[in-house]
Amino acid sequence: MRHKKGRSGFIAACVLPSVILFVIFMVIPTINVFKMSLYKWGGFSNNKKFVGFNNFKILFEDQKFFRSFQNSILLIVLVTIITLFFALVFAAILSRENLKGQNFFRVIFYIPNILSVVVISAIFSAIYDPTNGLLNSILGIFRGKDAVPILWLGDQSIVIYSLVIAMVWQAIGYYMVMYMASMTSVPESLYESADLEGAGKVKQFFSITLPLIWTNIRTTLTFFIISSINLSFLFVKALTNGGPDGSTEVFLSYMYGQAYTNSSYGYGMAIGVVVFLFSFGLSAVVNFATKREPLEF
Amino acid sequence: MKKSKCKASRIVVYILLIVLAVSIIVPVGWVFLASIKENSEFYGNPWTLPKGFYFQNFVDAFSKAKMGDYFLNSIIVTVLALLLLLVVALPSAYVLARYKFRGSKFLNVMFMGGLFINVNYIVVPIFLMLVDGDKMLKQLFGSGLLINNRFMVALIYAATALPFTIYLLSGFFVSIPKDYEEAAFVDGSGYFYTMVKIMMPMARPSIITIILFNFLSFWNEYIISMTLLTEKELKTLPVGLMQLMQAQKSAANYGRLYAGLIIVMLPTLILYILVQKKLTQGMSLGGLKG
Repeated sequence: MRHKKGRSGFIAACVLPSVILFVIFMVIPTINVFKMSLYKWGGFSNNKKFVGFNNFKILFEDQKFFRSFQNSILLIVLVTIITLFFALVFAAILSRENLKGQNFFRVIFYIPNILSVVVISAIFSAIYDPTNGLLNSILGIFRGKDAVPILWLGDQSIVIYSLVIAMVWQAIGYYMVMYMASMTSVPESLYESADLEGAGKVKQFFSITLPLIWTNIRTTLTFFIISSINLSFLFVKALTNGGPDGSTEVFLSYMYGQAYTNSSYGYGMAIGVVVFLFSFGLSAVVNFATKREPLEF
Repeated sequence: MKKSKCKASRIVVYILLIVLAVSIIVPVGWVFLASIKENSEFYGNPWTLPKGFYFQNFVDAFSKAKMGDYFLNSIIVTVLALLLLLVVALPSAYVLARYKFRGSKFLNVMFMGGLFINVNYIVVPIFLMLVDGDKMLKQLFGSGLLINNRFMVALIYAATALPFTIYLLSGFFVSIPKDYEEAAFVDGSGYFYTMVKIMMPMARPSIITIILFNFLSFWNEYIISMTLLTEKELKTLPVGLMQLMQAQKSAANYGRLYAGLIIVMLPTLILYILVQKKLTQGMSLGGLKG
């Protein structure tokens, strides 16, 4: 009996601190996001006014929100497709081929993932600088000296793609390492018999590797959606600050802007709620659409 | 015939690998070179090598741009957050993974759900909560201490890292056979002793992975830090770097910016080079990033 008493005391002592921290700094703020989205509130004053779903009504007529919506979708789709493609190709190369310097390449490719987004943004501002940036000076060789410099971050029609490049650069190594981990667990014998049958490397990739790591790819698709939404915010905040003229505003940067610069906390949180639900919904749809019978090996 | 085709495809593969490697090494390497250039060297061709070793950039960044102070702040916040996290998460993960009690299932699901809550969504309510708390403290004691407090930021870092950390650690603790504890209990060791002296040493590889991942994410974090540490003396390195980026746009102080960049980047690079194997292995274990 005494034993039992000690047990529950021990359990409580171990679990309570983490539960308390988690509830205060994650559960309550999350509930507050939903609660505040129903209020009209300037933030610092105590002048909260319950407005029901009015914030959401305004939101669905807000042109700027739709622009950030479009930008976010574009970023999610492009970054996912491009990163997925390159990460798979490089993972296949590094885990299947016997190459010199395999380890060297793996180490190098992962570097962007350990850098702060601010650091990456600073590096890319140097690359994209219109007059003495790295990219324009390389392109200058082909375009001639007198060509008008390309404004990678200043041209409204280009800037979003400049962001895509930075985000892909950041993400390839991370996903590559993940795919490599699951590719090495595919048994070698399958490839050997495929070799005997005379199937080429590309064929092998599509009919052995891809189906067998499909579960892993599906999981990463959810990561792609969630992390693209978050990382696009971090990149936009550090690299373009939403500009020029709102052309790189994304979901969460618009939310942050509304909450702080505009001091419409209630409205900002309504955006948060919509984005939250949207990312969940999109993940569920993608998850459902990519469902296949899991293959065993 | 087959052999030459094979050789050609090998060359293509190498070219692909080298292109990606170059696209990573060159920009990062360029920053290192740029950090020792004099300001006048930044006009014109960006590919010229530095004329000499202009160390003044680093001195300027450290003292004039306050990156030295920010460095200290970053260390304080990161180390505090790591300590808090380990003290709170380790026992919790152990108990959640190995003890069945009323509500244990619920708690496991709750922490799992926490994996989906990203800090970017809740930074505004956290900020407002602390502002409210400060208002109350001001009325009671005459001064608030929740905003602009490095300990508070460390605590929030630790709290928001809990779901991922507990998830990864529990995954490890679940896999240990029950026999170890039973033997320990038979020998008369208490719950606490068993956890600290027997289970935790076994978890060392996972603990190291946890420290590595969270070090990187705490060191690089800037949204919480930017929002909650607004006083000039309390900012952390990434926020300081953002200031340098903005200052550079008007004042064109390139050398200082790139020196600052190196100051932020170098600790993570050194750590990575030392432990890169552990890091990428750990990633395939955890398979998730916060």
